[in-house]
Amino acid sequence: MSDATAHQRGPGVLVDESDLNGARSDPKQTWRRWLRNPNSLIGGVIVVLVVASALVSLVWTPYSPLAVDPAHALGGPSLRHLLGTDEYGRDVFSRLMASSQIALFVGALSVLIATVIGIPAGLLAAQRGGATGQVVLRLADILYGFPALLAAIVLAAAFGASKSTVVLAIGISYIPVFIRVTRSNALVVLNSEYVLAARAYGRRPLAILRRHVVPNIATTIIAQMSLLFSLAVLAEAALDFLGLGTAAPAASWGTMLQSSQDYLGNDPLLTVWPSLAIVVCVLGFSLLGDGIGELRDARSRR
Amino acid sequence: MNSTLRRAVGAVLPLLRRLMTMVVALWGASVLVFVVLNVLPGSPAQVILGTQATPQSVRQLTAQLGLNKPLLQQYVDWIGGLLRGNLGVSYISHLGIGSQIAQALSVTGPLVLLALVIGLAIGLPLGFAGALRNGRFSGSLIGGLSQIGMAVPSVVAGLLLIIVLTVKLHVFPTSGFPGWSDPLQALRALVLPAFSLGLVEGAILSRYVRASILEQLRSDYLRTARSKGLRVGQALRRHGLRNAAIPLVTVLGLELASLVVGAIVVENVFALPGLGLLLLDSVNNRDLITVQDTAMLVASTVLVLNLLVDLSYRLLDPRLKGTA
Repeated sequence: MSDATAHQRGPGVLVDESDLNGARSDPKQTWRRWLRNPNSLIGGVIVVLVVASALVSLVWTPYSPLAVDPAHALGGPSLRHLLGTDEYGRDVFSRLMASSQIALFVGALSVLIATVIGIPAGLLAAQRGGATGQVVLRLADILYGFPALLAAIVLAAAFGASKSTVVLAIGISYIPVFIRVTRSNALVVLNSEYVLAARAYGRRPLAILRRHVVPNIATTIIAQMSLLFSLAVLAEAALDFLGLGTAAPAASWGTMLQSSQDYLGNDPLLTVWPSLAIVVCVLGFSLLGDGIGELRDARSRR
Repeated sequence: MNSTLRRAVGAVLPLLRRLMTMVVALWGASVLVFVVLNVLPGSPAQVILGTQATPQSVRQLTAQLGLNKPLLQQYVDWIGGLLRGNLGVSYISHLGIGSQIAQALSVTGPLVLLALVIGLAIGLPLGFAGALRNGRFSGSLIGGLSQIGMAVPSVVAGLLLIIVLTVKLHVFPTSGFPGWSDPLQALRALVLPAFSLGLVEGAILSRYVRASILEQLRSDYLRTARSKGLRVGQALRRHGLRNAAIPLVTVLGLELASLVVGAIVVENVFALPGLGLLLLDSVNNRDLITVQDTAMLVASTVLVLNLLVDLSYRLLDPRLKGTA
């Protein structure tokens, strides 16, 4: 990601010195700034750990996350089962690992849906303005009425609850956010003097978008993606908890919370582990998003 | 005279335009809800009567529910009913949906308000303290705590509160709602759910308050005020609060909307018979008309809150007067 952000500037910058002498900012320096910012450092480490645990769980978990072992049901933490076992004797640690797959899958796919639709729509609204811009903004207004949870409930009522309705619901509910962020940041760039110069020079609108607008707003968008990813993980957990998403026996943090409800008195740890996993994962992505935002601000202040 | 008239029109016209966009958004939302819930093949009558039903009885019920009319006619009937305050009758319970929603709102409404009060009681002081102690250890501590608080889903907050305060300490009832006939017991049942929502909202709010106050502290006019000899608090009170309030009103409106939605989850944790439980039950029973009405109500609430945020924006920031 550092490579992608290395040559991008903040949206408020009209002319960067590096533009004048044709130099890109030094990737090494970007790295150093990245490591010195506590948000991007801690967030980055957490995200890497979560992604790693999801990848590892694809090929290996201490036990199968679905393997039932009634003889050892509701066993506390031990050397054999690091975080204990649930009501069916399934290994909690393995289930936590496997759940990170679902969280990342839902987060990534829903943010992808939102960006694929939201960013072009936002660019269109900024570039064309007028009636086209109005139509895009009014459509965004309509979608604003459907937060992820409400969208998921309506879709579940129509199509039956599943992982895909969750992905679709979260994705749709974030489209207007990307439209607004893309449009307002793109407008700043489009009203700048160097875009005026590029227009006078005869560059086509698409070329201006590609050459000037997209690189300038990319960091802001990436920061927003990371923040929305963290919210998507929150929404997914809530929806699974409500029984509107991933269905048992598949492991997800939300379904683990749901089934832990019956053991709040006897085995509160069953609630604590998935809770911790959600909080840490969400914290990681939101810190990363904040960190990217701060790196951008630092660069534009320079 | 002419100029006063023009000024009045200039002030009212953008408001009217904003109201129009809201009406358009509401209409669009109603079309969206209706289409998603009605275009699918499969007959609600069949679902209600079960697989054993004869085709004849299915046809009869379909006609009785008005589901044999063209979709456009059904949509117009639905919207006409909503506008007249007639929300229809549930396919499943055969109760009026309007009275069911009213009943649910008597739980969800107080829950959301209580959560908002808790959120404000946490967010405002924390945000102020965080801004005034910026750069010191206590400031960073507040920032870190609110960052963690933001990452806690209300489900988790609710379950952990139950474990500590109900299961271990027996301070609060676990779940359910005794009804408002005994207001004290009713409030007691709402305290934990409201805290589950309010703690998280308070964390989010405190970050916005902090950022907004910090911006005021760095402004030129506040520096001028301080150079006249005012203390930080005095200067903020006299000059900064109104400006700091503008972004806060936005956040507050959006938070209220997210509390309404968040209540859906928390009600299910605590088995509170509010809008959330009504929605989930209707989804599980495939009571589509109730889902349709309730979803439309929640979507309208969110959209109206958005509008109110916009309007209060204009009221607080005279620079925006007259802009569309």
